[in-house]
Amino acid sequence: MSKDAILGAIRRGLKRGPLPADQAAMLNGRIASHPRHLIPARSRIPRAEQIALFIKNVEKEFGTVQRIPDLAGVPEAVTDYLAAQNLPARIVMAPHPELESIDWTARPLLARETRRAQEGDLVSLQHAWAGVAETGTLFFPSDPVRPATLNLLPETEIVLLRASAIVGAYEEAWDRLRAERKDPMTGGWMPRNLMLVTGPSRSADIEQTLELGAHGPRRLHILLVEDEAAPREMSRAEARAQATAQPGTPAAPGD
Amino acid sequence: MVHLTSPAFKENAARALADPGLQKALARTKPQFHGKRAKAVAGLPEFEQLRNIGRDIKNHTLANLDHYLEVYAANVEKAGGVVHWCSTADEARAVVLEICRQAGAKTVTKGKSMISEELGINDHLEAHGITPVETDLGEYILQLRKEPPSHIIGPAFHLNREDWEQSFRESHTDLDPKRVFTERRDILTEARTKLRSRFLAADVGITGANFLIAETGSSVIVTNEGNGDLTQTLPKVHIALASIEKVVPTLEDATSLLRLLARSATGQDFSVYTTFSTGIRRQGDLDGPEQYHVVLIDNGRSNMIGTDFQEMLRCIRCAACMNHCPVYGATGGHAYGWVYPGPMGSVLTPTLVGVDKAGHLPNASTFCGRCESVCPVKIPLPKLMRHWREREFERHLTPGTIRTNLRLWAWFAKRPAAYRAVTRMGIGALGLLGRGKGAFKWLPFAEGWTRGRDLPAPEPGGTFMARYAKARRQGR
Ligand code: SF4
Repeated sequence: MSKDAILGAIRRGLKRGPLPADQAAMLNGRIASHPRHLIPARSRIPRAEQIALFIKNVEKEFGTVQRIPDLAGVPEAVTDYLAAQNLPARIVMAPHPELESIDWTARPLLARETRRAQEGDLVSLQHAWAGVAETGTLFFPSDPVRPATLNLLPETEIVLLRASAIVGAYEEAWDRLRAERKDPMTGGWMPRNLMLVTGPSRSADIEQTLELGAHGPRRLHILLVEDEAAPREMSRAEARAQATAQPGTPAAPGD
Repeated sequence: MVHLTSPAFKENAARALADPGLQKALARTKPQFHGKRAKAVAGLPEFEQLRNIGRDIKNHTLANLDHYLEVYAANVEKAGGVVHWCSTADEARAVVLEICRQAGAKTVTKGKSMISEELGINDHLEAHGITPVETDLGEYILQLRKEPPSHIIGPAFHLNREDWEQSFRESHTDLDPKRVFTERRDILTEARTKLRSRFLAADVGITGANFLIAETGSSVIVTNEGNGDLTQTLPKVHIALASIEKVVPTLEDATSLLRLLARSATGQDFSVYTTFSTGIRRQGDLDGPEQYHVVLIDNGRSNMIGTDFQEMLRCIRCAACMNHCPVYGATGGHAYGWVYPGPMGSVLTPTLVGVDKAGHLPNASTFCGRCESVCPVKIPLPKLMRHWREREFERHLTPGTIRTNLRLWAWFAKRPAAYRAVTRMGIGALGLLGRGKGAFKWLPFAEGWTRGRDLPAPEPGGTFMARYAKARRQGR
């Protein structure tokens, strides 16, 4: 069997047999504790600055951000954005409870369908699970209320993100995923599909010149709900102390 | 499709230096590659520390590769996926074909994947009546033009706008022949429209994998266009092709490497889409594949473990080494004659296809050391090229061979069209890879080329051009 052949060849190269049980247990322990390596200092900053950094990075990657005070502001923000972009007042929306809880009646002219995306859909309204300030990256774990096609097929993607869901570094999002999610099939936490999205789709394949809107959305517009009433201001020193106190900086990959 | 023409590096290089279109593309590209990476690296003060961390993560994984592969495979299976362990390219091709057949596939969309080039998947599927469609913009135009990629992340950077327009007019014959392409966007829009229908119709989607995560059983792809995501999300069946060294233990490990990858590759802080795929569509999901297969490929990697070349298995395919290589910068990627060009190709190609076929590639170096200084996982590329040169020397290639090939070279140098025809006609070397060394029946200049240690550094307009011109004069 090729599995045995491959593992055998690797072990011959490493000049050993299968790992002894204690060493295998050590490696499994490393997976279970998933130690963090160095986390760049750029996101280890006070809370308000983290949110500003997130916005700055999204804009650097050609996304746009609109801050809105609460969920009630979503219908107006969506219709205004569509009008400004000369797009028809029609969206396909993720069946996410937060989006469905919104009172849309004030905007009766906005046509909405709640489903996955199909060919021909021009605009999607999606729900982001987290944002990472370090690079302005959105996290979209797939599940029945967050179909992945909404991130891919329409030319314009509008995303709802709560400010409280913005973290500094990817590692914080991993820990939140580990703590908060449960996958029905594996019993673990990783969903079937997890998209990390940083700006709209693009290609530089034609003469190394950047063009937006290759196969995915050409526009990525984030509605940032300011749900952190009074974000606790951490002092810089405090933030750094927290950063260095995080487990296992840097992990010793040799262990 | 990719034929092995590595044995003819010198002729390939001569041709490249005399190709005005290619030289224009290279001149346009070089400053971009350098400037963007430099800027991204400057923006992350911890970059140097991260390089050490990246190296250490990969070394730790390789030292325990058997264990992490087993953990990874078990987690894939938990998520309803199937892992196909394949020692050789032959096996991998057969597995892919069988999955496609089982799915009753007529068309297959593909995300960009260098391992798929290595395996020659497209030719194999086509030979069995299944149509593969490359969906990365660069790969798409190369498929239309029947050309191999010339770069591992910008496969079509060697083409100019005119080439795109011409190929689109020739291939998209259902569209108005009088349409005008006034800007690059028009080319992009036409490709987007054409490929969209392909995405929707495909029965199977094939992607590569930048990383495999043991902790979760995930395959990770990194793209900017979104084509890889459409490929793996829309069809009923997703096949991820991955070589065994792609595995890393945890998400934290992958994260550190991801911080290095995009900055080194395109000078972005992070690519647009970094997507983790883990198994099949869950109950209640509205999209995603019903089958998830990982084809886990060795194809020569395990032989590198425990040798001088083990370090090469750290490679994360960022292309920084070729972007900063003066030889690559003068000749482009096709001259290297196989899937992997530039310094990483010069080390990897002899390992994977045999030193007799590609043993002189390591000579295509000025040993300036720039590749090593930019490599995000600190692979000592010049040292590894030197190892190959020593091994090649030990093989004692005969002067007779060299003379014969020099005569051949002169003949072909006078007749570039004939050379091109010959290399196109050549047996797909990839198709033979799995059948053991020395099985190549016929290849252009299949004998080792030279024992000369000192390939003249192709300073722009230098030696190759001169030789090329001289050969032409003598021929007339
Ligand atoms: S050898 Fe290093 S620089 Fe070259 S592609 Fe691999 S990781 Fe990148």
